[in-house]
Parts: sequence; C-alpha cells; structure tokens
Amino acid sequence: MGRGVGSRSGGGAAQPPWHSLPDEVWEHAFSFLPAAADRGAAAGACRGWLRAERRSRRRLAVANCYATSPRDAVERFPSVRAAEVKGKPHFADFGLVPPAWGAEAAPWVAAAADGWPLLEELSFKRMVVTDECLEMIAASFRNFQVLRLVSCEGFSTAGLAAITEGCRNLRELDLQENYIEDCSSHWLSSFPESFTSLETLNFSCLDGEVNFAVLERLVTRCHNLKTLKLNNAIPLDKVASLLRKAPHIVELGTGKFSADYHPDLFAKLEAAFAGCKSLRRLSGAWDAVPDYLSAFYGVCEGLTSLNLSYATVRGPELIKFISRCKNLQQLWVMDLIEDHGLAVVASTCSKLQELRVFPSDPFGAGQVLLTERGLVDVSASCPMLESVLYFCRRMTNEALITIAKNRPNFTCFRLCILEPRTPDYITQQSLDAGFSAIVESCKGLRRLSVSGLLTDLVFKSIGEHADRLEMLSIAFAGNSDLGLHYILSGCKSLKKLEIRDCPFGNKPLLANAAKLETMRSLWMSSCSLTLGACRQLAQKMPRLTVEIMNDPGRACPLDALPDESPVEKLYVYRTIAGPRSDTPDYVQIV
Amino acid sequence: MGEAESKKGRGACSTALLLNWMGEPSEQDQEEEETLQLSLGLPGGSRRTACRDKAKKHSAGDSSVLSLGYSTAIPSPQSQGKAQGSQDEPAATRNAVAPNNNGPRTRSPGAPVIGWPPVRASRRNLATSSSKASLEQQHMKKAVKAEETRRAPFVKINMDGIPIGRKIDLTALDSYEKLCVAVDKLFRHLLAECTQEVVAISGLLDGTGEYTLVYEDYEGDRVLVGDIPWGMFVSSVKRLRVLKTSDLSSSLITSSRKRTAAEC
Repeated sequence: MGRGVGSRSGGGAAQPPWHSLPDEVWEHAFSFLPAAADRGAAAGACRGWLRAERRSRRRLAVANCYATSPRDAVERFPSVRAAEVKGKPHFADFGLVPPAWGAEAAPWVAAAADGWPLLEELSFKRMVVTDECLEMIAASFRNFQVLRLVSCEGFSTAGLAAITEGCRNLRELDLQENYIEDCSSHWLSSFPESFTSLETLNFSCLDGEVNFAVLERLVTRCHNLKTLKLNNAIPLDKVASLLRKAPHIVELGTGKFSADYHPDLFAKLEAAFAGCKSLRRLSGAWDAVPDYLSAFYGVCEGLTSLNLSYATVRGPELIKFISRCKNLQQLWVMDLIEDHGLAVVASTCSKLQELRVFPSDPFGAGQVLLTERGLVDVSASCPMLESVLYFCRRMTNEALITIAKNRPNFTCFRLCILEPRTPDYITQQSLDAGFSAIVESCKGLRRLSVSGLLTDLVFKSIGEHADRLEMLSIAFAGNSDLGLHYILSGCKSLKKLEIRDCPFGNKPLLANAAKLETMRSLWMSSCSLTLGACRQLAQKMPRLTVEIMNDPGRACPLDALPDESPVEKLYVYRTIAGPRSDTPDYVQIV
Repeated sequence: MGEAESKKGRGACSTALLLNWMGEPSEQDQEEEETLQLSLGLPGGSRRTACRDKAKKHSAGDSSVLSLGYSTAIPSPQSQGKAQGSQDEPAATRNAVAPNNNGPRTRSPGAPVIGWPPVRASRRNLATSSSKASLEQQHMKKAVKAEETRRAPFVKINMDGIPIGRKIDLTALDSYEKLCVAVDKLFRHLLAECTQEVVAISGLLDGTGEYTLVYEDYEGDRVLVGDIPWGMFVSSVKRLRVLKTSDLSSSLITSSRKRTAAEC
C-alpha cells in the first residue's frame, strides 16, 4: 500500500504510475464519490488520499454535534460548501430530554464563519439556533444559498428577518417543525424587491400571520420557485391566488384547510390547481370539508408524494382522492384512513415506496378501524414498498410473518403498537416470532423500531440476523440483561441504539463497552442501570462521553452519590473532542 | 421455543457465555471476564473464536439452563426514579408466552407515560382541538349545510301576524342592509293588508323598529340576525323570522349572545 505521493517504498520495487499523480487528480477522482462513507474509506487508504480527500470534501455531515469540536471539523475539511449538523438525541422529539440540554449551533456558526467563508448551505437538526446565529450567518457568508432548520428552537422571526434581508443569493429557506418565537418581525418583507432567486420557501411551522400581499409579490417575482409550504394563517382563497401566480410549483403545502363550503371558492381552487401541471408533492393540515378535496382531482395523477398526516379528513372522500393517485411513491396519513382505505391504497398505488400511518388520537381509547390488516394488504400489493412507520393498536405474529414474506425489501420498519407490551391479540403470545421473521427476511433492513410484548428472544434474532441494521429503537421490551447483550454483541452495523423502559442492567453494557465506540450513540432511559457501572464504563472507554441525566431541579453532585444509585437517563456517544463543557446542571459527565 | 437454535454458532456461544457469566460465580467467571476483555477491541471478531472454544466445553444440556437463567437474571435494583410508573411486574418472572393475568392491561390505558407514544408535540392535540366525539358530528353538520346551500339558496321567512310565509334568496344579497331592504319589500304590503296602513319595516337589526329579524340555524337555535359576518350567516341560516320586538324574551337575547361568543 502506498504511503503517499513521492514516498519511498522499500525493496526498490517499481512504484505504480499513479503514485506520482498530483493531489488535484485525486481530488477530481473523489468528486465522483458522493457518499461520505466512500470518501471516508478512500481517505483511510493512505496519507496522500487522506490529504486529497479532506481538502476537496464539499459536503460534511456531522451526525452528532459533540462527536468533534467545530474548529477541528472546519480545519480538517477546509473546502466545505454544505454542512449538516445534528444535535440532541432522537428521543428529544418526544419530550425525554429536558430543556437547555445543549446542542447550541452558535459554536458551529462561529467556526464556519472563520473557516468556511464560501459556505453555501447550512442545515441544523435538533439544535438550539439563536437569532444571533442567524444574524451571523447572514453576515458571514457571501454566497449563502440554503438554510434548513429541522426541529430546532431558540430563534424568532427577527432572526429570520436577518436572513431574508442579508442573504442576497438565498435559494432555500426550509423551516421544518421548529419552534419559532413570533416577534411580528416583517421577515417576509425583508426580502428586497430585487430578490428573485428563491426556489424553496417552507414556513409551515410558523405560528404567526404573514403579510399576504408581500408573499404574493415574492411568489410572483421568484420565477424559479418550486417548493412553497404555507402556514395555517393563509386561508384557502389566498392559496388559490398564490397558485395562479406560481403555476410551476412542484411541491405545495397548504395550511389549515378548514373553511365552510362555498361554491365560488371551490371553483377558484379547482381552476387554480388545474393550472399546476408540475405539482408532484402535496401536504397540508386539512380539517378539510371533504367537498374541497375534489377540487384537487386534476393533480392526483401526477402526485408522487402526499402528506395528509395532519389532516383529520376521513371517510369516502379521502379514499376517493387517494384512489386517483396512481403514481404515489410516498404516502403519510392518519389512521383515519382505516383498513379499508389502506386496501384501496394497496390496489391503487403500485409504486408506493414509503408509507407512514400516524395515530389521530394517541392518548384515547381508539375507535379507529386500523389494524394489522391494512399493513398486510399494502405489503402484499406494493412491490416497491421499503419504508414503513405504522401506529396501530393490535398486531399478530401471523401478520408480521406474512408481511416479512411479502416484502423482503424493507429498509426501514417501524411498528408502534400504542399500548406497551401488547401481545399477539389472537394467541396472546409475545410478538417475538413476528419481528424475528422481519429481520430474517429483510436482509437490507437499516432501521427498526419494535413494540408490543417482546422477550429477550427477539433480540437474539435481531442480533444474529440484522446485519445491516443501523438504528434500533426499543421500548417496554425484553426480560433481562440478555436482551441487551444479544443486541450489543450482534448487530454488526449498529450505529444508534435507543432504549427506554426495559429491564436491561449494567452487565451487558460493561461487557460490550468496546461496541459502543463503533456506534454513534446509545440512549438508555428508565432501565436498570446504576451509577457505578457508568463510572466503570467511562473509565474503561476514554473516547466515550458518558452523560447521566437527573431530574432538573434535583441535581446533586455525582461524586457524593454511591455506586448503587440508579441512573434514570444515560446518553453515551463516541467523541474525539473530549467531554463537553456546556452541560446544564442536570447533566453530569461521568 | 427455539432452544435448538442456541446450539448454532454465535447463538450458542453468546448465550452459554452469558449464562455462565451471569449464573454461578466461579473461577470460570474470571476467565470469562478476561476473554471478554481481550476481545473487546474487535466486537464480533476474535470473541467469536474464543466463544467457539468455550462452547465446545459446554454440554448440550446447557440449553435447558436458559430458562433457569431468566429467573436469576436481574441483579440490579428494580425501583428507579420512574416518574412514568409503568414497570409494574418483575420482568424476571415473565415467560415467552405471557400468562393472561400478566398482560399489559394491568396498567390502566389512561395512565400517562412521558414521551409515549412516540409522536411529536404537534401531533398530540389533533384529536382534542376538535374533540373526537364531535368530529363526526361536525362533519355531518358541515356536509348537511353544504348540501343545503347547494340545493336551497332560498330560505323561508315568516313574519309575526302574517299567516303566509315568503322565500328569500340569500345568495342574491351580499349584506345585512340589503337583507333588511328585501324583507321590507317582501312584507310591507302584506303587513298593510292586515294593519290597513302602509308602513316601512325598519330597525330590524338594532331593536329600534317595531319588528326584529331573527333566524334559526341548523342546530335549531333562534338567533338575532346581524352578529356574525355575512358569509358565515348565509351558510348557517336555515330559516328567518320577523318577530315583534316587544315579544322578544330576554332569554333569547342571552342565548344569542352566548352563541356569538362561542363562535368567535
């Protein structure tokens, strides 16, 4: 193996001709490797390639903002044009991480401002982004084009105004599921009148009003606008007007779609949608009067993606609508679609690749007729289905085994049976056999969430068979330490493991400590861990950060606590940056 | 119960290894610990070779130890600071087939568990914001209303003291003022026949006239006309009445106010 350009290899053997190639050639070669994993592998081949690769890397994805320091990342990859950084653990989405945990975007923005002046794209997920961050972004990057904020918080419309005012070449402003303070700042008006480069505008998560006239003018002058996702404040008739101004739109998100039926408005919408020949992706929070759905019939045939997961529409109108969407590849709905609706999906949407069914009443007793039947039907008739997220109230092993047989091509299978520890409702057995069938059949499975009544045996199957599994979510499952041991000693490709409310203790954690360094992170909450084991783990594995979370307000210095103290929340991740210094009171690094 | 599987390669070694490790304390324990420690550098790699050697030492009879292993499995304390309160039965006694009385129903379905089910905050209140029980009703009502508006733009209007009613086309009007004018036109002469004098009908909305305009909506309530935006009124009105102002009871006025407050 070569040691880099111009190095001497022992023995006088003739060097292969490519050893004398300049770095630029390698950089060009590497530009054909889009996947970061491939580039990383190339960088590991020899120093020459390492140098060439890191200097030419244009896109950087930091999946855990604490895995490295921002300065180190910027220094190592000086030519980055697009960066994505993720912060809090996934379970933060469900309220398991108290506020002020960390994941501040500010150090990343500061480091980028210093080292990446040519940065064009920045994406933050589950991080705290302040208005100051946004102001710094607007001020630091001449050619800034894309800002994507997903599940972030800490900023307001004033920060957005800094972006819209300052980023002259902005192409995408994509705000997904953020919590944004409404300061009534005129962020939309801050786009200069000369500004025309916008291609994506998504402010669906914004709670406040927007100036419609300004929005209309913006939409009119941005001829390249392809994605427009509105918030709840835009009424239906205004949506129709916007569509007339932007008929080339490819992706549309409407806000609240509830309006009393009015024949004039219906006609307006129908005409507006008829003009949108390029529309492929549709989403919206439709409390819709079902009558309006037929105004969209014209676009159904062209739709590849439909997100009705916030739409409380049900019944025959919904099904009539979906039955016209023959080219759907991605469908997100509420369980109001019920089994018979999914049967229609199964027979209509032969190109379906991704299905997500969300619970309409997650905390209620549930009268919706969505069962395992719907998923079985779809898996039987949609040959390209590879990704499923399914919330339901009952399941059987037989159904899961059938699904596994029908669809060995699953890459993502997430089943959430709403009541924890629910057994097979016919046999009353655990669902071990069903999930085992899934992992045995779906050799390409990368993501799995299990639920229902499960013993350690299912984890044995998962450990043995799920060779490509990268992310596993477990809740209210297992019997003993064995369960966790099976996972950590198997699952060759595991990167993220998140566990809650399982009887897993210290031993498998300590026995498989080294495994944790091959993974991105481990979350364990409400399990059977003690402080002593966490201390041991931290001592054994200096390149892991072992974070313990107490109840905020009951914080007590760790040193004082004995080894037997139970640990409520544990978050372990590998890092080359050492322990972070921005922990709140309730987080302690062991 | 799949015990046969445990004899195959990895399954056997990790299970047997763990059992021995977790079961009886013995000098073997130390050895196990060291084996584990040595192999920690390469998970799944050298440990497996070590495992296979170990597995040969263990007899096939170990497969039955699996169930014993369960009962001694939990060394660590069960009681965590579980705010959720969801761990009710000791997990160690559970078997692969759940006995009926140990099922999940032991925890009441309404008991809140933090962060479960795993849905984002934005999805939590979809059912309650338009309360689930009335969701169906609201849809029915809206559907009915929609039907009515499409089929019957003319609504009946009756006036106190006049035996015959009229019909009025609300979609041809666009404001309350125009409605009053229309009512006046419809009934002025009919009224004259009864009272023997021609008087303009005015003050229908503000209580100043001899008559006041009220309407009935789809819920059957009688409501004073004029409180809600015109468009909303047109889609909620089922029939109109012109009542003598003096006949209006105070309860009608109160219920009307309550209703408009609810509609805001």
